[in-house]
Amino acid sequence: MRTILTVDDSRTMRDMLRMALAGAGFNVVEAVDGEHGLEVLSAHRPDVIITDINMPKLDGFGFIEAVRVDDDYRAIPILVLTTESDPSKKQRAREAGATGWIVKPFNPEKLVEAIRRVAA
Amino acid sequence: MDELEAIKVTFFQECEELLADLEGGLLAMQEGVGDIETVNAVFRAVHSIKGGAGAFGLEPLVRFAHVFETLLDAVRSGEVPNTVDLAAVMLRASDVLADHVSAARGLGDVDMAASAAMADELKAWTDPSAAPPPAAVVAETAEAPPPAPVAADPDALDDDDLGFDFQPMTISIDAQAADAELIPTNVWTVSIRPKSDLYRKANETALLLRELSRLGPIVATMDDSALPTLEFLDAEAAYVTWSVRVETDDGEEAIREVFEFVDGDCELDIVRGEAPVEAALANLLSAIEPPAPHAAVQAAPEPVAEPAPVASAPEPVAEAPPPVVAAAPAAVAAAPAAAAPAKVTQADVPGPGQSVIRVDPERIDRLIDLVGELVINQAMLAQRVGEYGIAPSSNLAMGLDELEQLTREIQDSVMAIRAQPVKSVFQRMPRLVREVANMTGKQARLVMDGENTEVDKTVIERLSDPITHMLRNAIDHGLESPEERRAAGKNPEGVVRLAALHRSGRIVIEVQDDGKGINRERVFSIAVKKGLISPDVQLTDEEIDNLIFLPGFSTADKISDVSGRGVGMDVVKRSVQALGGRISITSRPGLGSTFTLSLPLTLAVLDGMVVDVAGETLVVPLAAIVESLRPKAEEVRPLGPVGSVLAVRDSFVPLIDVGLALGYRNTSPSPTEGVVLLVEGEDGSRAALVADAIHGQRQVVIKSLEQNYQQVEGVAAATILGDGRVALILDVDAVINLRRRESPRPTEPSLIAAE
Repeated sequence: MRTILTVDDSRTMRDMLRMALAGAGFNVVEAVDGEHGLEVLSAHRPDVIITDINMPKLDGFGFIEAVRVDDDYRAIPILVLTTESDPSKKQRAREAGATGWIVKPFNPEKLVEAIRRVAA
Repeated sequence: MDELEAIKVTFFQECEELLADLEGGLLAMQEGVGDIETVNAVFRAVHSIKGGAGAFGLEPLVRFAHVFETLLDAVRSGEVPNTVDLAAVMLRASDVLADHVSAARGLGDVDMAASAAMADELKAWTDPSAAPPPAAVVAETAEAPPPAPVAADPDALDDDDLGFDFQPMTISIDAQAADAELIPTNVWTVSIRPKSDLYRKANETALLLRELSRLGPIVATMDDSALPTLEFLDAEAAYVTWSVRVETDDGEEAIREVFEFVDGDCELDIVRGEAPVEAALANLLSAIEPPAPHAAVQAAPEPVAEPAPVASAPEPVAEAPPPVVAAAPAAVAAAPAAAAPAKVTQADVPGPGQSVIRVDPERIDRLIDLVGELVINQAMLAQRVGEYGIAPSSNLAMGLDELEQLTREIQDSVMAIRAQPVKSVFQRMPRLVREVANMTGKQARLVMDGENTEVDKTVIERLSDPITHMLRNAIDHGLESPEERRAAGKNPEGVVRLAALHRSGRIVIEVQDDGKGINRERVFSIAVKKGLISPDVQLTDEEIDNLIFLPGFSTADKISDVSGRGVGMDVVKRSVQALGGRISITSRPGLGSTFTLSLPLTLAVLDGMVVDVAGETLVVPLAAIVESLRPKAEEVRPLGPVGSVLAVRDSFVPLIDVGLALGYRNTSPSPTEGVVLLVEGEDGSRAALVADAIHGQRQVVIKSLEQNYQQVEGVAAATILGDGRVALILDVDAVINLRRRESPRPTEPSLIAAE
């Protein structure tokens, strides 16, 4: 079973992601911000990471950069949650090393499709 | 509950927290301490509310949050200066946002006109021309190249007769394309030249090929001619390019979409038809084409192929996959797996899913109930052992002592599960203070203390009303107008302090203002005028202050919007007493007043006085008891044929025999033979309850009588004592009312006769 790490400071969004992912047969682990995400990463070795951008402590950009410089984890695909209204954030996330993106509000099919596209 | 509905509940809970964070941050900004972290936190709060609202399709909330977020984003980036004035505007906006949240929840309505006005005000702070575009305008395709002419005319795809599908961007293959007759319209050649950035972002060519194969049968040809010899090989560079023949009816857009995530990270050409060179190569190599019907990846003969790009292993050669790779997940999965040296140093760090358990409150209630039983059982056991005269130093007695310790600890721990910080109530108060201050023309600043003080959930839910009343009262009646304050040499802005603390097993809530204090002369004269006290009674300052708790007392000269809603301090007092609490006031003229509210930490246990009445054991809630005394014969005065009153200092208090009131006996013994408990009802009326004997104070576990039997007038609940007997907990108010209802009939005529 594939493990997906979701990193989002919003409990609602984590719950939504969990519902969609668990429903599609993924194992879900969660983190509440970038810092926490890095901790959970080492404990669970997810197959795909889904991260928000705006978060306290360590935001999505910082989190992606931190994952990408770590030899152990940089091969993990990272999808960022973005909104349509802000293309510049998407661009910055890509520069930081995001593999792909999911536009909020997402529907479960789109989410699973995005994972399929990046997950080996 | 439907899972989505459950998440919605979570969303609204989260909204409450986010709104509190938002308000807290904005208040800090208003105080001039809005550093970038605060602004960021404020932005995140609005952003998260919008995000969740979007997920649930709560349109009006999303729209308002969006405008708010846009302004905050501008503040964050420095485009709009972060000023105290702006913070004040945004505080009002946060109130509107809170209204939207409530409305989305089905609690109340939003004044849409006010909301629109607020939105306009917010927009005015940002450049109007920079007003946000409708969300749908910016599509991902914005960065994609303009659609090829073919795509612009959908019919062209089906038109296979003429060379109209000639594509200007692919001049290089014009020789082939011109010969339109030979080109099946559903064949595309996709050439992919990845840059190393593609691999750096954990994208993977093999996965792109897999996606392409979903559109239709593909034949992929790898060109590794650029691959250097091993000693010059950079394991992370991209040397290999691909040419893929795709047979699909989905069209160019669908193919382009496969490469959405790698846009800019690889050079991509999509042309209709067979690519000449690649096609030739494909034919050349067709001998080794795997039989897979859809996907086939072919490599040129050079064996050191396809550097496992991101696999980051020290020995790239070892990582290199075999030259012929079917684009199957298994082969690609090797890359992440290979990069998996067990690094489990922080394996113990719990994710949020592990550190937080959601439990149905009913289960906790049940647990608390059971622990209550355990406490009772333990007390019974201890009493039995005591009765057998077992030495305290014996093993049995010592074991029991330990059991008692454990039981108490379990009880505390279980109660702690249901304990919550008072924050959830406190966080609603800043808005209230703002609104009340606005309405009354006062300037008020709320200072809060001890928001993290914990108290049982059942109590929290009932704290809101008394605190609301006390705050309204403090601002409306306590604080002076700014002019008066200036005249008195005070800061025109009054300070109201709301604090929570634990004191001797109870929670204490204090509401303190730095206003004018209670005008005792006026309070006294009003009380006299309203007939609440007699004009010649001598009262201490403290007693005068507490007159405001008398029913029907209102000191406001004019009924204001705020406190004149028919709720006086007497209502507050009553609701507090209903919780087993007490309320009092201290005041210093010119310096302000302090209301102190003390409540039990839980409604599951009760401090009570255990008394004997006609052979029955009863528990009288301690909160209602003013004092206990043994009356002297001369203090008891008959009143009417059956009633009597007790002289307590300067006043007479009706005597009520509890045994008679509850129907345990038909005739009361003389009060002088028993003990009298002077009690005060919720409305402030006093009575002297006669009991036969007092056994002392005890904490008892409350058992609902309604759930186990039925409601009984005069009895609030029941408990089980240490000896296993059920004892009823007296409902003091009901007992006082019982007497009021029944006794006046016989006594009234005699009163008239006496006149």
